[in-house]
Amino acid sequence: MNLTSDNSITWRYAKQQVFFNIVRLAALLISAALGGLLLFIIASGIQAISWDFITLPPRDSMTKGGIMPAIVGTFYLTLGAIAIALPLGVASAIYLSEYARQGTIVRIIRIGVNCLAGVPSVVFGLFGLGFFVVYLKFGSSILSGALTLGILILPTIIGASEEALKAVPQTFREASLALGVSKWGTILRIVLPNALPGILTGSILGIGRAAGETAPIMFTAAAFFTAKLPESIFDEVMALPYHVYVLATAGTHIEETRSIQYGTVLVLVALVLGIDLIAIAIRSAMRKRKKW
Amino acid sequence: MVTTANNIIFELKQVNFFYGSTQALTDISMDFEKNRVTALIGPSGCGKSTLLRLLNRMNDLIDGTRVEGEILFEGRNIYNADNDPVEIRRRIGMVFQKPNPFPKSIFNNITYGPRLTGTRNRADLELLVEQSLKQAVLWDEVKDILNKSAMTLSGGQQQRLCIARALAMKPDVLLMDEPTSALDPISTAKIEDLIEELKKNYTIIIVTHNMQQAARVSEMTGFFYLGRLIEYALTTDIFTNPQVKQTEDYITGRFG
Amino acid sequence: MTKEERKHTSARYDQELAEIKEKLIYLGALTEKAIEKSIQSLLGRDSDLARAVITEDNQIDLLDVEIEEKCIRLLALRQPAARDLRFITTAIKINGHLERIGDMAANIAEKAILLNEMPQLKPYIDIPRMAEIARGMIRNSLDAFVQEDIDVANKVRIEDEKIDQLNDQIFRELLTFMLEDPRKIHASLLIMQVSKSLERISDHAEGIADMVIYMVTGKIVRHEAP
Repeated sequence: MNLTSDNSITWRYAKQQVFFNIVRLAALLISAALGGLLLFIIASGIQAISWDFITLPPRDSMTKGGIMPAIVGTFYLTLGAIAIALPLGVASAIYLSEYARQGTIVRIIRIGVNCLAGVPSVVFGLFGLGFFVVYLKFGSSILSGALTLGILILPTIIGASEEALKAVPQTFREASLALGVSKWGTILRIVLPNALPGILTGSILGIGRAAGETAPIMFTAAAFFTAKLPESIFDEVMALPYHVYVLATAGTHIEETRSIQYGTVLVLVALVLGIDLIAIAIRSAMRKRKKW
Repeated sequence: MVTTANNIIFELKQVNFFYGSTQALTDISMDFEKNRVTALIGPSGCGKSTLLRLLNRMNDLIDGTRVEGEILFEGRNIYNADNDPVEIRRRIGMVFQKPNPFPKSIFNNITYGPRLTGTRNRADLELLVEQSLKQAVLWDEVKDILNKSAMTLSGGQQQRLCIARALAMKPDVLLMDEPTSALDPISTAKIEDLIEELKKNYTIIIVTHNMQQAARVSEMTGFFYLGRLIEYALTTDIFTNPQVKQTEDYITGRFG
Repeated sequence: MTKEERKHTSARYDQELAEIKEKLIYLGALTEKAIEKSIQSLLGRDSDLARAVITEDNQIDLLDVEIEEKCIRLLALRQPAARDLRFITTAIKINGHLERIGDMAANIAEKAILLNEMPQLKPYIDIPRMAEIARGMIRNSLDAFVQEDIDVANKVRIEDEKIDQLNDQIFRELLTFMLEDPRKIHASLLIMQVSKSLERISDHAEGIADMVIYMVTGKIVRHEAP
């Protein structure tokens, strides 16, 4: 074998370079798309942002004023969604990963959960309308919207929680059980505390999704316009994503409200990114602490 | 050696064990004596760890397992339906192959079990921590850092902490599943000394791949091969003059 | 039994054990030869041959050290167990016995040189018989070691009896010589020492046989009557 075969080395090197450049380009493209999007939103929306914009309700047929009710509405909706989905999701995950015998039934449940994750969000909206708003007579309200969003993010939370539970070393469980601690005690004292960072991260990512969705709340919770803040969970609210939708498509002053639209989008994006950042911060802090 | 009936803590009668349809243990009958160190040796997959985990019902945690025969602990069958595995595990402690302290403080690692089983008084717990750590010969090394995370200890210290944690439950038996296989020689020597010390008050059953270790620490040795107990005798006899050819081939390194 | 023996997982280990065995057999052959020559030097009044035996003992000593080092090395590196452990302890002890047998042969040669300078006391009859039996014991005990044969080893243990009887006989005979004529005391004492050396050699051969029995059965029979 000739180790100094210049030809083949050059050829191999060239092939390698080509391949590297292709993947490099792909990564660059993604970053560019994200960066471009953010830049565009910031550039278009920044002049709308002011203290009044964030703290005042809209006026003059929503062509002027702020978006405070929408911010509050989105806040309540996501809070409600998480309050509903987190306990339910974590409980399901505990059942699936800790208690259920790994067999056909569990596999079917998992497939179900995954399918739920793939269902288009407008279907959730219609389901919410049919079931919560009409059948259960909750009306278009925070409750209906939060329930609908809760179901929407349930698969995310179940998935994240299951992963987090699985990541807790089996040796911890064995150590606890071998000490004569019951299975439930072991889950409560050892498994859940150690899975918490993972569960929280997954859940917060779910919150981000819930905050940004339009379709599920369109029929179940969101009001076209309401200047007052909600007083009970049966009140309708404005919400950021729906507000953008309304201004951009349904209003009579679409062109005049462009800057308000972009301002709202900017607030929404900042909100979602902020939530994601919190998730990342929690995760890295918890990772530093764990040492197994 | 005097073998009287009341000296026996574990009595196994024709035990068979299955993982699903594969049989892991076949027709095991053997006695374990009180306050003795018994070593279980054999090549990987011979069933020695499986047997160890039968003794505190840790195999219950695996789906699709089945036990036949009787395993009598102090005369009662631990696999009887009316015996609570949780209660059994309190009486029979276990130390694992890899040190597995909880990601908690040293203090909380030891008090974890006792707290959940009723000891809540702070003074009692402090006394228990000191006693257990002293028994595990770790007290002098950690007495000033009890609130530090157990994860900051060295591997050997972690394993002694795990032993202390098991001792805090005041068990009668200590099952050890290759307790030094992840440790350096010095930590290993410390654990072996500790075993020597502990056998005064506890019955110890140890699974080990290190045959010299079995020879050093145990009084009785059982050799397992392909799920069967091939030979069970005094450790000195097993290591100088085994009676079964397979045992001899294994301990002299003539296997496979 | 030996023939169908399974090999160690480590082939090098098998080699090391085999090497020790071979060296021991060679050492046995050397000592046997040394006895033969030393007795020959006495019977043939050949002091040059006697001196050769004394020089050649050095070779035996060197081999003794070499074997012992090999055994110690193997103990340290392989931590032998069961039959291997018994083999190694046996090898170490046999090695010690053989080395002492070599020393005895050299002792006999030394006495032969002195005796050759004196007029012959009487024709040697029992001494060569003793030597023959002792050599046979060494040979058989080593055969027993190689073949792991307890029956042969047990025969060696019985042979020792004959040597003791011959030694007693020589002692009584020489005693009468000494009582008759004080000028024969020096030569008689030297012959007595030769006889005593042969008796010791047979004791060592018996020791080898004892160890073979331990190696095969795990029982220590040294202090039991054969």
